[in-house]
Amino acid sequence: MKKEGEIRIPSGCAIAAVISKEGKRMNGDGIVRSMVPMHERSNGLGGGFAAYGIYPQYRDFYAFHLFFDSRDVRKDCEAFLRERFEIVHAERMPTRKIPQITDEPMIWRYFLAPLPSAVAAMQVDEKEYVMRTVMQINSEKNGCYVFSSGKNMGCFKAVGYPEDVGEFYRLDEYEGYCWTAHGRYPTNTPGWWGGAHPFSLLDASVVHNGEISSYDANRRFIEMFGYHCTLQTDTEVITYIMDYLLRRKGLTLQEAAAVIAAPFWSTIEAKTDAREREQYAFLRMVFPSLLVTGPFSIVFAFDGGLMALNDRLKLRSMVVGEKDDKVFIASEESAIRVMAPDAENIWSPAGGEPVIVRVKEGAKL
Amino acid sequence: MNELYITPEFEVVRNENRCIACRVCERQCANEVHSFDETRGVLRSDEIRCVNCQRCVSLCPTHALKIVKNNCTLRENANWQNATIKEIYKQANTGGVLLSSMGNPKPMPVYWDKILINASQVTNPPIDPLREPMETRVFLGKKPDVLRRGADGKLLTDLEPQLSLSMPVMFSAMSYGSISYNAHASLAAAAEALGILYNTGEGGLHEDFYRYGANTIVQVASGRFGVYEDYLNAGAAIEIKMGQGAKPGIGGHLPGAKIVGDVSRTRMIPEGTDAISPAPHHDIYSIEDLRQLVYSLKEATDYKKPVIVKVAAVHNIAAIASGVARSGADIIAIDGFRGGTGAAPTRIRDHVGIPIELALAAVDQRLRDEGIRNNVSLVVGGSIRSAADVVKAVALGADACYIATAALLALGCHLCRTCQSGKCNWGIATQRADLVKRLNPEIGKERLCNLMTAWRHEIMEIMGGMGINSIETLRGNRLMLRGIGLSEKELSILGIMHAGE
Amino acid sequence: MKRIYVNEDWCLGCHLCEYNCAFANSGEADMAAALKGKPLFPRIHIEEGDKICYAVSCRHCEDPLCVKSCIAGALQVKDGVITVDQSRCVGCLTCVLVCPYGALAPNENGVMQKCELCLQNSCGEPACVKGCPNRAIVFEERSAVL
Repeated sequence: MKKEGEIRIPSGCAIAAVISKEGKRMNGDGIVRSMVPMHERSNGLGGGFAAYGIYPQYRDFYAFHLFFDSRDVRKDCEAFLRERFEIVHAERMPTRKIPQITDEPMIWRYFLAPLPSAVAAMQVDEKEYVMRTVMQINSEKNGCYVFSSGKNMGCFKAVGYPEDVGEFYRLDEYEGYCWTAHGRYPTNTPGWWGGAHPFSLLDASVVHNGEISSYDANRRFIEMFGYHCTLQTDTEVITYIMDYLLRRKGLTLQEAAAVIAAPFWSTIEAKTDAREREQYAFLRMVFPSLLVTGPFSIVFAFDGGLMALNDRLKLRSMVVGEKDDKVFIASEESAIRVMAPDAENIWSPAGGEPVIVRVKEGAKL
Repeated sequence: MNELYITPEFEVVRNENRCIACRVCERQCANEVHSFDETRGVLRSDEIRCVNCQRCVSLCPTHALKIVKNNCTLRENANWQNATIKEIYKQANTGGVLLSSMGNPKPMPVYWDKILINASQVTNPPIDPLREPMETRVFLGKKPDVLRRGADGKLLTDLEPQLSLSMPVMFSAMSYGSISYNAHASLAAAAEALGILYNTGEGGLHEDFYRYGANTIVQVASGRFGVYEDYLNAGAAIEIKMGQGAKPGIGGHLPGAKIVGDVSRTRMIPEGTDAISPAPHHDIYSIEDLRQLVYSLKEATDYKKPVIVKVAAVHNIAAIASGVARSGADIIAIDGFRGGTGAAPTRIRDHVGIPIELALAAVDQRLRDEGIRNNVSLVVGGSIRSAADVVKAVALGADACYIATAALLALGCHLCRTCQSGKCNWGIATQRADLVKRLNPEIGKERLCNLMTAWRHEIMEIMGGMGINSIETLRGNRLMLRGIGLSEKELSILGIMHAGE
Repeated sequence: MKRIYVNEDWCLGCHLCEYNCAFANSGEADMAAALKGKPLFPRIHIEEGDKICYAVSCRHCEDPLCVKSCIAGALQVKDGVITVDQSRCVGCLTCVLVCPYGALAPNENGVMQKCELCLQNSCGEPACVKGCPNRAIVFEERSAVL
């Protein structure tokens, strides 16, 4: 049987997220518990979390989380990293042995500073340099996989139910101002740790529920620009699309949303503001291959904020709620009620309408 | 003696019980197969002239006529087939190059028929085009590398010129001269009504059709017939024809007999002179020369028109397309070896070039490998026969398709493949006034609109089944395709998996 | 009122309208049975010159000379359609003389017949229009009446 990355595997899912607009830190306990009522939306073949603001002591360094199949692979990979980065700190990922999570690979994390000479030699900026390193490891090196590569953030994922994954990674011991969570329901595959979600690249991470019909059109386009879709999952390609649009093309979040969940031409033409009409039409004409069709609900998290977005037909459930400084997003309201029983302003965003939440300016993250 | 050993290819079967001697067959046959025997009151047939165009059959009011293959054949021989032997007789009679028309009729592989399309089941929903919006609009043209913003932070929305199509199909190049005024009138009016484009071909643009400019692609071929400033500015786009799928490596040939009246004026050449387009453009012997012509045409039209470069699908098509994509062209049109023609040497039509499916797959992948797929749009032609072919072409990576044979069929063509004779009984590939009038452009336009509307509905149904509601996410979406009965090599060139994988 | 109009640009001179007309008015179910081996008496006919051809049939004039001139009162206007009551026709051919278009002709028995827009026969709509392969004959409402 082909493993993740060798074949495309559709999957259904549960997603949840919480962010503090004040930038206040909260531990991972709430988000982990929020996945419990959505247990039936996963099938135990993948769960994971992304957390922002969790490594304040290393905030200036790229935090790489890696899976290794063996010690030899790790040694080899560390040598490779050393050619490109100063390894500020390296350690085995702290985990808790629980019966629900088994067969774990070696999990390590590294805090890295790119070697300026190496960056200069490649004639790219630092982020592009880091991205290319991640791409190279993930597409060329067997037996190791970078599943987190941002600053002051981290992804934690495994084969198992999300609430067990949270316990395994001791997320109750981390404090972050923004958390996203994912429970997976893949339709085949024994499950591979790297294939669990969130998927992340640099500071950005994506949790996604859906199966997009545009996958190969998106993949074949984005692969022109140095991205390698090694996992063949929707989440991966959406992450790369967001990276391409935001970082490479300099689009705003709203503009990126208007590319991947573009309004129908009829909607664009009905807009009364000519400037607005032009902007939407322009984005559709310039990035036709990055339109994403088929059902999806995603939470795209980044340094200092997140964006929730549904496909333009709203073929997947997604609700948003608020309480005090916090905004909650989840596949089901039940998950929000776990995190905040008295959450207010629960609403269901329309298809293609981005919900963007940013931590207020000046908050120390 | 030019007809030695040449026997009738067809037999005219007339049911005498049904024939009412109305003589419509006689009046409608430009080949003069039928004649009326006044003394006996019956119709006779001279079958040696019959090309099986089915005009008489279609118009016979009592359905008394059938044209069947003549079963008088030579002794069977798997190596020396009848047609091969007959061709030898013809050449021995005349000493000439054999001429043929329309597309390659040989039983070569049709990859469209070996590709199957996906549909959604369970894990994501199919979309019902009768109830949900389903978008088929495409834009052809170069996409920008760098986005710029104005002082207000808004994106600057100026783009290189783009062509907007309501669906990913256009009418391919067929020159005025090779086809009739009324055929052009039908194509132009239908393109306008449908929101797509038609293509003048290399014969210039009749003054009556300048009003369809927004829906016209004007072609510049190696003969440069009818090319002048107003012509270049008349259309929505300019196409440089480097080659044609039916006859890669040679130019168009229109015999002097067809260069009459308006055809001569439109081509800007004297009446009765043969219009022989040179095999190459004599100002393009290399890729850098093409770049010059592309920019000359852009300069002449103030950079307002996208430039299409049309090439025949030949062995090295991926590298050629890569060169073209870097030559300043906005759109590359690739014409496969099954594409049609008004006249081509038979040997070239049947033996030169490669199938469009493989060419398209190779070119799309090559341009992506080089990261320049966004610099150009890809239009493919060369026997796109149905909405399913369009869907498969788009999923392989085409932005749009060119159709010509299918359009002519809608106008009444019965694929008798004798366009070169100039005696088209359907009023399409002829300049004889009495034949041209047989194609009423009002009917022609309607039938073309019907055909495209039907295809558009089918495209939407198929897309909906796949859970796709906009054509742009079908483009290059090769996971939606599977091969059936194809070798590993064929699959790898097409970039698709086998059914069951 | 809907009338039959002819556009000579698209007339091919195929004569199918004549046969369709004769068949529609024959009362037979099969065209071969109706027309085979018999002389043709259609109510529409093709005029052909060197390079021009067009079909001619009754225009159902608003002020019809044929009706005025009929000595037996066989020609009548019913709802704008000029019809002939063959039982009254005496075969004087006056209508043939006065019709400026040449639209009337006698049948095989010398009794006048003319186009009645196929309203009375089994076709139900003008057979010449239905059968014209090039839409040279149309049946439509037009504002200006000839």
